[in-house]
Amino acid sequence: MRYRLPAGGRIDRDKPMSFHFDGKKYSGFAGDTLASALIANGVHLVGRSFKYHRPRGIMSAGADEPNALVGVGNEESRYTPNLRATQVELYDGLVAESQNRWPSLSLDFSGANDLFSRFLPAGFYYKTFMWPASAWKKLYEPMIRRAAGLGRAPDAADADRYTQVYGHCDVLVVGAGPAGLAAALAAARSGVRVFVCDEQDQMGGSLLSEREATIDGQAAADWLEQTIQELKSRTNVVLLPRTTAFGWYPHNFLGLCERVTDHLGPAITKQPRERMWQVRAREVVLATGAIERPMVFPGNDRPGIMMAEAARTYANRYGALPGTRAVVFTACDGAYRAALELKSAGIEITAIADVRSNPNGRWIERARAAGIDVRPSTVVTGTYGRLHISHVDVARISGGSAGHPETFACDLLLMLAGFTPSVHLFSQSRGKLVYDEDLKAYLPGESVERERSVGGCRGVFDLSTSLADGFAGGLSAAKAAGGTVAAEHKFSVFAQSLGRDGFVGAPPSGGGSRRTRAWVDFQNDVTAKDIELATREGFRSIEHVKRYTTTGMATDQGKTSNMNALGIVSQTLALPVSKVGLTTFRPPYTPTTFGAFAGQSRGELFDPVRKTSIHEWARENGAVFEDVSLWKRAHYFPRPGEDIHAAVRRECKATRESVGIFDASTLGKIEVVGKDAAEFMNRMYTNAWTKLEPGRLRYGVMLREDGFIMDDGVVGRMSPDRFHVTTTTGGATRVLALMEDYLQTEWSDLDVWLTSTTEQWAVIAVQGPNARKVLEPLVQGIDISQQAMPHMSVQEGRICGVPTRLFRVSFTGELGFEVNVPMGYGRGVWEAICAAGREFGITPYGTETMHVLRAEKGYIIVGQETDGTVTPDDVGLAWAIGKTKKDFVGKRSLARPAMSRSDRKQLVGLLTVDPKIVLEEGAQVVADPSEPVPMTMIGHVTSSYWSAALDRSIALALVQGGRARIGSRLSVPMPSGPVTVEVVQPIFYDPEGKRLDG
Amino acid sequence: MAEATIVRVNSLAAVSRDSANPPRASLAVLPDAAKLVFRGRPPSVGAAAEAFGVELPQTANRFSEAGPRKAYWLGPDEWLLEAIGQDSSELFSAMAERLASHSCSLVDVSHRSDSMEIRGPMSEYVLNHGCPLDLSERAFPIGMCTRTILGKSPIILSRTEREVFHLDVWRSFSPYVWLLLDDARREFLDDESARSPT
Amino acid sequence: MLLIKCPFCGPRPELEFSYGGQAHIARPKDPASLDDEAWAEYLYIRSNSKGLHAERWRHIHGCARFFNVQRNTVSDAIVSTYKIGEEPPKPVEPGLEERSSRSGAAL
Repeated sequence: MRYRLPAGGRIDRDKPMSFHFDGKKYSGFAGDTLASALIANGVHLVGRSFKYHRPRGIMSAGADEPNALVGVGNEESRYTPNLRATQVELYDGLVAESQNRWPSLSLDFSGANDLFSRFLPAGFYYKTFMWPASAWKKLYEPMIRRAAGLGRAPDAADADRYTQVYGHCDVLVVGAGPAGLAAALAAARSGVRVFVCDEQDQMGGSLLSEREATIDGQAAADWLEQTIQELKSRTNVVLLPRTTAFGWYPHNFLGLCERVTDHLGPAITKQPRERMWQVRAREVVLATGAIERPMVFPGNDRPGIMMAEAARTYANRYGALPGTRAVVFTACDGAYRAALELKSAGIEITAIADVRSNPNGRWIERARAAGIDVRPSTVVTGTYGRLHISHVDVARISGGSAGHPETFACDLLLMLAGFTPSVHLFSQSRGKLVYDEDLKAYLPGESVERERSVGGCRGVFDLSTSLADGFAGGLSAAKAAGGTVAAEHKFSVFAQSLGRDGFVGAPPSGGGSRRTRAWVDFQNDVTAKDIELATREGFRSIEHVKRYTTTGMATDQGKTSNMNALGIVSQTLALPVSKVGLTTFRPPYTPTTFGAFAGQSRGELFDPVRKTSIHEWARENGAVFEDVSLWKRAHYFPRPGEDIHAAVRRECKATRESVGIFDASTLGKIEVVGKDAAEFMNRMYTNAWTKLEPGRLRYGVMLREDGFIMDDGVVGRMSPDRFHVTTTTGGATRVLALMEDYLQTEWSDLDVWLTSTTEQWAVIAVQGPNARKVLEPLVQGIDISQQAMPHMSVQEGRICGVPTRLFRVSFTGELGFEVNVPMGYGRGVWEAICAAGREFGITPYGTETMHVLRAEKGYIIVGQETDGTVTPDDVGLAWAIGKTKKDFVGKRSLARPAMSRSDRKQLVGLLTVDPKIVLEEGAQVVADPSEPVPMTMIGHVTSSYWSAALDRSIALALVQGGRARIGSRLSVPMPSGPVTVEVVQPIFYDPEGKRLDG
Repeated sequence: MAEATIVRVNSLAAVSRDSANPPRASLAVLPDAAKLVFRGRPPSVGAAAEAFGVELPQTANRFSEAGPRKAYWLGPDEWLLEAIGQDSSELFSAMAERLASHSCSLVDVSHRSDSMEIRGPMSEYVLNHGCPLDLSERAFPIGMCTRTILGKSPIILSRTEREVFHLDVWRSFSPYVWLLLDDARREFLDDESARSPT
Repeated sequence: MLLIKCPFCGPRPELEFSYGGQAHIARPKDPASLDDEAWAEYLYIRSNSKGLHAERWRHIHGCARFFNVQRNTVSDAIVSTYKIGEEPPKPVEPGLEERSSRSGAAL
């Protein structure tokens, strides 16, 4: 292979691997990334740009890659779009494809956009797709949708598994380059719990491509090996390679995404594909390094134009040569090191164009000594080559502009404007950044969280100072976390300094910037002239420039582009960079999968599915379930051939005529106990409780302090100091929280305590004229006769041999009982009751029938008849208010004038004049349907059902001044025309309540 | 009537049946127990301890035990009393009688929750799939208990041995908790690639 | 995720807590004696402060106690936590609450 060095690097030449890119087969080695393997195969063209569909090549060797986005995966269910080829580890059989091109990478029809690029300036979309409005739906939106977006979302469900785990450590080191490793060593030796994470497969950062430097007398690679061995051997250290710290959240809480199996390919493993670590660290050491900054010059985006350090990495770490003949364009010493090492690897270095007027120092001397043509005050003014660079124009700057260009042939153009410290996480931690004029970089200022930055991410670039900085940071973190601080260590390093020079913005480029395109944001196709245009059009805030031009808004979030964009705004506005400001860094640092965020919360683990102990019986007996908060409740029990309507009619009829059985276990239950229990109940509920005798039940209404109904339920007084309180299914947690709130914060003097018993009791409602007959033979020690156990009473005893609190209560209007038994016995008792009821045709019914039966009686359901703006009087519950009570929660609010206005919405019944029409719940009620739209809406339907008992439809509604309208006719406008309704009392069945006693 | 035929059904019975049980984080259903919640002010706390036969811890987040009985501190005025193998009605009546002169609250919650155990060197790691607490021995020593959460479920977590934790979970949440832990420990079914991050 | 020091249980992750709104708003002893305006003030008017804010939290998935927190609403730094019924610690000197976020993360 022409582009693969015969030896060297960290690839394993004994493990060849084959892979496919855009359908063509290539080979690489274990240890390659997809990018390095492609480069070793001479492939640079890997994608098309977002807007102009320009051919693009591999530009970097890491997370900052803006161009080389690929889709990876052979199966649709494991396909991942938009992966950076520079971070995709090669495995045997890998299948990848380029994106954003049709029909093929080398022939892409949308490339025509590029020809019309002068019609697609910054803000093009804002300016163009304005009118006519009708064109949006049919023309603009489909067109933009087709053209927009990177990659292709897979349309099969993700076949992989993801997990999330919380981690805790004393010191978290983010980044395992030299500074991070030194910090980790210092912290580890101090005995504290250390986590070290690094986004690459191997730890070492820049040391992985280091050839020349030595540390403590060893080659850098050997020191690295020894250091990792030491860290691995310590039980207080957790090493997390392939793990990106993507987000910083308050109080030293960091999100880390570990890619566990991607590098294994589709191997069978029980491991999750990705593991999201949510780490709480006492102290954090940020050692996130720095990112290379491109030069901004005309035509700087062709395949074959690459960051200088990246090229060095490809040669040194992967043994892959990105070209044979290179021109270098730079503003700092780093590119000289790259040029020298690439030259020794066999690449011809034609010239180094250096923006600086007088580059000097050891690296420049070495380059000259090696025979490299070094040209100060020189810029690249243009490039050539359709799918790969073939020539560059180079010109001297004089008087602030570029002169006549000289053209060089080349297949590689290396660029390096300097290093931009990776301050993303520091910025996310809300630390303020400070601009360093000398380094032309934003650096971390004062910390807000318990954190310190070390090494490249705070502008300390040289190996020796970086190691020392890291070690000191590790010691200080360990100390702050309470460790026994380890001995100081002085690193003895041989490495040539790279200096601190750099360039930000666009250097002069012949021909004027308006005609030529110099790319700033490669991924979003933003050029220097786009940014200049934005400032000319009046955008001065960098946040506005960002949004108008979209610079920095691509998936790389401007890692390579933000500083240059700032520099250009600064140049155009003639303001110092520090005055232009900086856009906000937000998580995630690199794109993170939805799978990692979802973690295990998928399928049956998405939410707890709460089931009662009777659930399985219902399932076995054909119940259709509905979700009520997290509970599954039996909705109805269809028999073969029945739809919901038929089933509900049958269930209603059976309950009214004989006996039905219903699982009410999901009702919230609270045991209120203590000598002040009645006083507490008096304060929490509208009702009066003092005189309720033990053994009796009462329907209670609870308000919020604003006077509106919050919850309701039947309450049993078990003894003078003990109440068995029930709440709605959805309201259990809320009610208990509100009660505890008042008890703990307002009435802590009361001797009363609360215990949730929701799940202690299974509740089996047995309702209907034969209910007593069914239960009578099953109970022990309880007389359930009418005389001994009247409506709204409770007795304790046993049923079927297990303890029960037996309620005589009805939510159907029929003779009814609610059998409370300990939850674990629920199914057994249920089945015993069913067996005993067989001779009466006992019929299980679901929540739908429950709703119909209670609506026939005009019983409200909180959350259906109420919506948080309804008072007791609004729904006819004024009788439940203890008139003599001085105070209860919500009482004062009921005295506000608005609460007693006569035009408040009040609960009424509605009967359609045509009895066959069942109204829609939520439908609006109007007085005059001939009014033009929008009509005056005076109420809405809250409940509406077919009543089997009445053989007609019924509805409940909240209507303004509703009680005064009883007897009149209103209208419910529907798409098919208005439905005329008669306003009636909100009780349809057995208004005298005779049936309650069977 | 068929009094004796009603048996208590454990909410974990079905879900625990088919679980593979990697020894590095094995799960087991714990036996049914009588469970009472005691709440009250100081004078009654001593009386409750005497009646129960186990000290009610005054230190936050600790449990004490004597034989098959445990008293878990849940809050400054709240303890969970657990007696394995005892009839809850009997325990309740016996204690209620001895607390009759005190103003306090005793409530039978024996059927509210079921309990499970996780055992093995990877217990902490598996529990941290959903439990946000630091479960290292330094932060969560043997003898500690607390209400906390696991994923989307409230739980009571206690550490009985270095590598053993007990979870007390409301019945309707317990299958979810079991399945979540079962999913988290799946990686230990695959010993070759399993790793010990902590 | 905030780390909140429960006065009973020590530092615990925010997931175990529920928020309870502004602190130190006592329910009037005799609501009937308040005119409508005063009652509405009690019910609805809150400070919405930028900076130091006294607020209620409940360690609902822990000891279940309500308690009070002084938090900087700009930085999320938690300056102090204290039990219901206790006086709030002395108002923090201006500027101090910014730095004290470093202690807010102390485990």
